[in-house]
Amino acid sequence: MDWGFILERTISTMFGVEVMVFALAAVGLNVHFGYTGLLNFGQVGFLAAGAYGLGITVTYLSWSFWIGILFGVVYSIVLALILGLPTLRLRADYLAIVTIAASETIRLLVRWRRSKEITGGAEGIGEFADPFYDVSINPFSVGVRYEFGPFSYVGRDMWVLTVGWIVLILTVLFVKRLMSSPWGRTLKAIREDEDAARALGKNAYFYKLQSLMLGGVIGGMAGMLQVIQKGSIQPDTFNPVITFTIWAILILGGPGRTWSPVIGSMIYWTLIAFLENVLRDLPEGASETLEDTIGLSDFNISQVRFMLVGLGLLLLARYRPQGIFGSREEMALDDR
Amino acid sequence: MTADQPAPAQPVNPVAGAFDGVDPEPGVPKPDPILVVDDITKHFGGLRAVDVHHLEIQRGAITALIGPNGAGKTTFFNLLTGFDRPDSGSVYLNGESITRVAPHRLASRGMVRTFQLTKALTRMPVIDNMKLGATGQIGEHFWQALLPVWRRQEAEIEAQADALLERFNLTHMRDEYAGTLSGGQRKLVEMARALMTDPTIVMLDEPMAGVNPALTQSLLGHVKSLRADGRTVIFVEHDMDVVQDISDWVVVMAEGAIIAEGRPDDISADERVIDAYLGSHHDSDLFEEFENEQANEQDNEPGSPDEHA
Ligand SMILES: Nc1ncnc2c1ncn2[C@@H]1O[C@H](COP(=O)(O)OP(=O)(O)O)[C@@H](O)[C@H]1O
Ligand SMILES: [Mg+2]
Repeated sequence: MDWGFILERTISTMFGVEVMVFALAAVGLNVHFGYTGLLNFGQVGFLAAGAYGLGITVTYLSWSFWIGILFGVVYSIVLALILGLPTLRLRADYLAIVTIAASETIRLLVRWRRSKEITGGAEGIGEFADPFYDVSINPFSVGVRYEFGPFSYVGRDMWVLTVGWIVLILTVLFVKRLMSSPWGRTLKAIREDEDAARALGKNAYFYKLQSLMLGGVIGGMAGMLQVIQKGSIQPDTFNPVITFTIWAILILGGPGRTWSPVIGSMIYWTLIAFLENVLRDLPEGASETLEDTIGLSDFNISQVRFMLVGLGLLLLARYRPQGIFGSREEMALDDR
Repeated sequence: MTADQPAPAQPVNPVAGAFDGVDPEPGVPKPDPILVVDDITKHFGGLRAVDVHHLEIQRGAITALIGPNGAGKTTFFNLLTGFDRPDSGSVYLNGESITRVAPHRLASRGMVRTFQLTKALTRMPVIDNMKLGATGQIGEHFWQALLPVWRRQEAEIEAQADALLERFNLTHMRDEYAGTLSGGQRKLVEMARALMTDPTIVMLDEPMAGVNPALTQSLLGHVKSLRADGRTVIFVEHDMDVVQDISDWVVVMAEGAIIAEGRPDDISADERVIDAYLGSHHDSDLFEEFENEQANEQDNEPGSPDEHA
C-alpha cells in the first residue's frame, strides 16, 4: 500500500467542491434545526429550488445568468413560504412530514415528461453556467491544473472553489452575527420552548418562517454552486440521500455551533475519500481475503465506504452524541 | 439548604380596603376591574372544561384562583392569555376586548403569564432567559439585528435583568444554563423573566407547586412585592394556607364554573367550597392531599435542593 499516494489523493477533497457545497447546505440546516429546532427533512428541496431557479431563468426565459442567481434565491424563499405558512403553526412534526414529501415531489415534478418545456424533464438543463467562468476577474484558465503543496485542482474547479469558499465563509459569519443578536436569541428561545417565547411577546410563527426562509436561501445557494460546478442540472441528483447526508454532516459537527457544518462536511467527505482510496489500494492478501469474506470488489467499494461511515456515525452517536463541537453539558440538559 | 431569601419585608398592601362592601358572591362587580370575563366557555369533546358567566379582577390586588385538580383553572388561564381559543364569550383588559388576541400581542399590552410546568429555556444561560423577556428590543428584527443599532438598548436591558436577578437572589446563577437550576430556582427565573416585560397584570399558574417550603416563603414574598409595585396578580394555588396569607380575594372553580368568590376568610367557611373539594376527593382533609400530589410532580429535577450559595 502506498500511503503517500492515498493521502495525496485524499487531501484535495478537504477543500473540494463537495465539502464546500454540503457545508453551505448544512449551514442552512443549522439555522433551521440547530438554532430554531425546525425539523426540515427536505433540505435537498432548497438545493433544487436554487438550481432550477437559476437554470430555468437562463435556459427557458433567456435572461442573464446573474438574474438567474437572483431567481434561485427567490425560488428558495417561495419554497420556504409554501412549506412554512401552512405548517409552522402546527406541531413540529408536521413540518418534518411536509418537507420530506415536498422535496420528493419537486424532484418528480421537474423530471416529469410533461414539464419538459419548463424544466428539461428527466434530461435536465445544461449550458447555463458559462457566464460564471467567463467573468473577467476569473484568474484561472479552464484547462490548467493548479497545485499548492499537496492540494491540486483543475482551473474550472479553482474558480468555483474560490467563489464558493468565500460565499461559505461570509455566510457562516453572517449567521454567527445574527445568532449572537437579540434576533438569534429569540430563535433559540423558540427552539427551547415556543410557548415560553410567545408568553413573553415573541411572534414564534413569524420567527420560524424567517428562519425557514434564511436557511432555505442558504440551501438554495448551495444548490446553485453545485450545478454551476457540474455545468448541468440533473433532477435525480436531488434525491433524499442528499438531505440525509446534510443531516449526518450537521450531527457530526454538532448542531447549533458556528463552524460545525464546515468541519462536519470536511470530516465526512475526507473520510469517504480516504476509505475509498484505502479500499482501492489494499495489499494483495487483504483485498483477496475481503473479496472472499464480504464480497468486496471494485464495483461495490463506494457502497462499502458508506457502510463504514454509517458505522462511524453509530459509534459517534454512542460515544459522542453531542457531535464534534457540541458540549456534553448542554446535551445533558436536553432530557428534562 | 441555607437561609431563606431575604424576601422583601412585608410591603404595605396598596389595595387594603378595596374589597370593603364587595359581596362574596360569584360574578360580583369590583370597584376597579382591570380584567373582565363574560360568558366564556370551552369544551374538549364532550367535556365542559370552562364555563364562566362573569368574573371581574380587581386592579392592583392579588387574586387567588383555587379549585380541585381538573377544575379548569389552567384551561381558564389559557383562555385569558390567548393560548387557547374560547368556544364563546369575551375577555376585556382595561375595557378593551382581548378575546382571541394572539398570546404574543398580550405582552405589549401588559399581560404576562407563567406556566404550571415551568418553562425554563434550558440550553440558554439564565441571563439570556431574562433578556428575552424585554419587549421592544429593536435587535429582535432581522435586519436591525445585523447592525450594531441594538447594543445600547441591550446594555440597558442587561442592567435591568441583573437588577431583577439580584432581587430574586439568582445573581450567582447568572451565567449558568437554566437547565442546571433546581425546580424552585426555575420557578424564580420564570417569574423574574416575566417581570422583564414590565407587566401590569401577572398571571402565575401554580407558582408554588413542587417548591420546598423555605423557597415557598420567599416566592410568596416576591408575589407580595409585585402588588407593592402596583401590579395586578392572579395566581393558581391549592394550598389554602398560602391563599389565606397573601391573597386579597379568592375565586373558587369547580368543574369549569366559578362556585364561590370572596375574601380568604369568607372562602374557608364556605360550604360550597368544602363540598367541591370533598366531592372530588373523599376522606381527605381539605387541601392537604393536593399539596402532596403537586410535590411529587416536580421535585426530582437536577441541581436540587434549592440552594442559595
Ligand atoms: N387539551 C386538552 N384536551 C382535552 N382535555 C383537556 C385538555 N386540557 C385540559 N383538559 C381537561 O379539562 C379539564 C380541566 O383541566 P385543567 O384546566 O388542566 O384543570 P386544572 O388546571 O384546574 O387542574 C380536565 O378534565 C382536563 O382533563
Ligand atoms: Mg392546572
